[in-house]
Amino acid sequence: MTTSNIAVPTAETPSMDTHSPSLDTHLSPSSLDTLFSDLQPPLTDRQAAIESARCLYCYDAPCIKACPTGINIPSFIASLHAGNVEGAARTILESNIMGGSCARVCPTEILCEQSCVRNKEAECAPVLIGRLQRYATDHASFTGHPFKRAEASGKTIAVIGAGPAGLSCAHRLAMLGHEVEVFEAEDKAGGLNEYGIARYKLTDNYAQQEVDFILGIGGITVHSGKALGRDIQLDTLVTEFDAVFLAIGLQATRQLQLDQEHHSAVMDAVDYIKTLRQASDLSELVVPQSAVVIGAGNTAIDIACQLKRLGAEEVTLVYRRGEQDMGATHHEQQIAKQHQVRIRTWSRPETIHVDENGHLTGMTFRRTELQQNHLVDTHLSEQIACEAIFKAVGQTLSLPEADDVELPVIQNGKIHVDEHFKTSMDKVFAGGDCTGIGQDLTVEAVQQGKLAALAIHQSLCQKTA
Amino acid sequence: MADLSTEFAGIKSPNPFWLASAPPTDKQYNVERAFEAGWGGVVWKTLGEDPAAVNVSSRYSATYDGFGNVAGFNNIELITDRTLEVNLREIEAVKKSWPDRALVVSLMVPCEEESWKKIVKQVEQTGADGLELNFGCPHGMPERGMGAAVGQVPEYVEMVTRWCKQYSTLPVIVKLTPNITDIRFSARAAHRGNADAVSLINTINSITGIDLDNMVARPIVDGKSTHGGYCGPAVKPIALNMVSEIARDPETKGLPISGIGGISNWRDAAEFISLGAGCVQVCTAAMIYGFRIVSEMKDGLSRWMDSKGYETLTDFQGLAIANTTDWKYLNMNYKVVASIDDEKCIGCGRCYIGCEDTSHQAIKAIAQTDGSNKFEVIEAECVGCNLCQITCPVENCITMVKQDSDKPYMNWTQDPRNPYRDAG
Repeated sequence: MTTSNIAVPTAETPSMDTHSPSLDTHLSPSSLDTLFSDLQPPLTDRQAAIESARCLYCYDAPCIKACPTGINIPSFIASLHAGNVEGAARTILESNIMGGSCARVCPTEILCEQSCVRNKEAECAPVLIGRLQRYATDHASFTGHPFKRAEASGKTIAVIGAGPAGLSCAHRLAMLGHEVEVFEAEDKAGGLNEYGIARYKLTDNYAQQEVDFILGIGGITVHSGKALGRDIQLDTLVTEFDAVFLAIGLQATRQLQLDQEHHSAVMDAVDYIKTLRQASDLSELVVPQSAVVIGAGNTAIDIACQLKRLGAEEVTLVYRRGEQDMGATHHEQQIAKQHQVRIRTWSRPETIHVDENGHLTGMTFRRTELQQNHLVDTHLSEQIACEAIFKAVGQTLSLPEADDVELPVIQNGKIHVDEHFKTSMDKVFAGGDCTGIGQDLTVEAVQQGKLAALAIHQSLCQKTA
Repeated sequence: MADLSTEFAGIKSPNPFWLASAPPTDKQYNVERAFEAGWGGVVWKTLGEDPAAVNVSSRYSATYDGFGNVAGFNNIELITDRTLEVNLREIEAVKKSWPDRALVVSLMVPCEEESWKKIVKQVEQTGADGLELNFGCPHGMPERGMGAAVGQVPEYVEMVTRWCKQYSTLPVIVKLTPNITDIRFSARAAHRGNADAVSLINTINSITGIDLDNMVARPIVDGKSTHGGYCGPAVKPIALNMVSEIARDPETKGLPISGIGGISNWRDAAEFISLGAGCVQVCTAAMIYGFRIVSEMKDGLSRWMDSKGYETLTDFQGLAIANTTDWKYLNMNYKVVASIDDEKCIGCGRCYIGCEDTSHQAIKAIAQTDGSNKFEVIEAECVGCNLCQITCPVENCITMVKQDSDKPYMNWTQDPRNPYRDAG
């Protein structure tokens, strides 16, 4: 295998011979797909019936408060238990139009399920809220769209970015009677759900099904392949539309600032995941035998686990601090361990090694420790041999800069918004990961999109009045 | 280990667990399997005159709790659909093989003296230990003037009981229907007819549910249905009350009672016995779990008796009767108040919302800085109704605490607030 093979992990690259010999090198495309089936299988009817019976229907339920979108969880579970699946799904969707994907990707272990009072009860186990939510949204069969549009307002709003924040905002605006035009840089709408979530978390093209469902309300036009700064300009949008909602997410990736970082075998995890998610034939992906993943968030876990599933023999996840500081939840860390991903903590990336033939051979890490709460280097270092390095050290905002174009004020690297999701620019709102609010979770993006839609609606109504 | 053997209305059995007259006791095969499993006795499924009854398909339905367990059960089966002769021969054979077990035979024939005279003689010849008169079957048979149609008329109960006592030397147990307004009237009638015992309750007229897609009640017979007889855990409270009514009625006090109705475990059995039952009859639990459950019932009952120092069933039989009284004799000066254990409270708020919406607004919800709520009883408003304790999902989190009172016992007949006090 040559490093140049690893460098371009595209679906087009013919690379059956690059699979790890430890896993069956002759895995057929279909068996590889099996490896990327649901991480957690959906509940059966019977399981859902029994699980829903466990909900105590709390008054002022803590799970509702723990849900960023404030879904009335006890109500939807009670509906589900009474066999009213459509009612349950509607309850979920009226708070969170992406309740289906959130049921799959939400870190419920730190949100609703963590706050479930059943944890404190003798059963010591929360109601499986996420899986019940998936059951409800999967099984609801609405005739038409569950929400009706209000009378046409005559207003048109531009939404930049068709990720969770943008789609959530667009849907709510459409519901309120506005016309929405969504501009998306990629070919498909869906954002993170389509391009950035581990393949085993959102299977069966669910992201696109959900986009179709959301657009089903009507009044939303999606223009794909339209990137801000390239195809569309903020100043023009501001004059052409009654309001603009920026939901551009975080497009740039952080760098390690090391020599050899631009080697073709050093890749951004998000790029690889995107390729993986879009691949129609997984067997055509280039998979290194051994890889180092740098980072400690969910993206790091996602890439590490997926590499293992694809057949990588050795995957080591390296983090400069301890497990308790990792961005990935304990549950995610457990998933990594189940995938036999080696987790190396207290190690800072120091040197990337490339041999005389130009092949990546490994990486040296400086061991770290805490001294008076400061992370410092120790005199120890270690080298980990690998064929590829995947960087998952965070994503940053990238607002296209152009002369003469006014941009919203940036604060701490993200778009500054007030409590009404309004940026420093007139008529321009923003929400989702591109703003500094929240922990950059899908469910938070959905909530911000929804609240921003309400704020935009409010401002438009005021202007009319 | 405690001695579980019983002598009920002169019928001996090694333990008080009998199988009630029902499908499980319809034939030799089942009854022998039951005896092998350890049941103390059986009441053979009701015999009638030939030609044998004919049953329909389907026959059973149920109500379920939230987890899918059967809470109540319902059937539209008639008495045995096998010929009298076959049943009699099998009864004879079983009794010969299992002489130590109680074998009682349930009977139902038309309300004519000759019919009863004939059948009791036939049964007596089998060597069976006793007769149970089925005056309770609520479906099918009443339309033919039998079952509940008899049980609902005290005069008929008395008359048929008298016939059976006259023509048979066997103990006669009268099985009562709960489909009446006051069970004491039929029990008194049985007593007047010289019954050796009563057994209760038979099944309750019921419809367990409707198939809303096809708009027909269950169980469904070719798109139609009819009311069935309700049994299983759901009917236990009704049965316990009726047993206690008979046990403490001056006219029937001391009349042996065989307790029936939702008995699923040793505790249920102990409850019936504490209200005076001399033995218990089980059906639904056996139909759902099989005959083997009797081993847990026997073991549990005897271990509990050991823990309480009861050596025989009679040591605790009827002990709860004296504490069952009329409302007017309850102590008006007794007061309990709810108490919430903060350590155990999981914060579900069910106590609060139940009390706030439907009772006495006696619980405060105090918002905490972490977003949770703390719940506190407002003692001055609490009437001690138990609702919060009932809704609380955590065991022993809410307790009802007795309040010290310097006032002596005073019942409603003595209470100055009672405008009819003098009338007593």
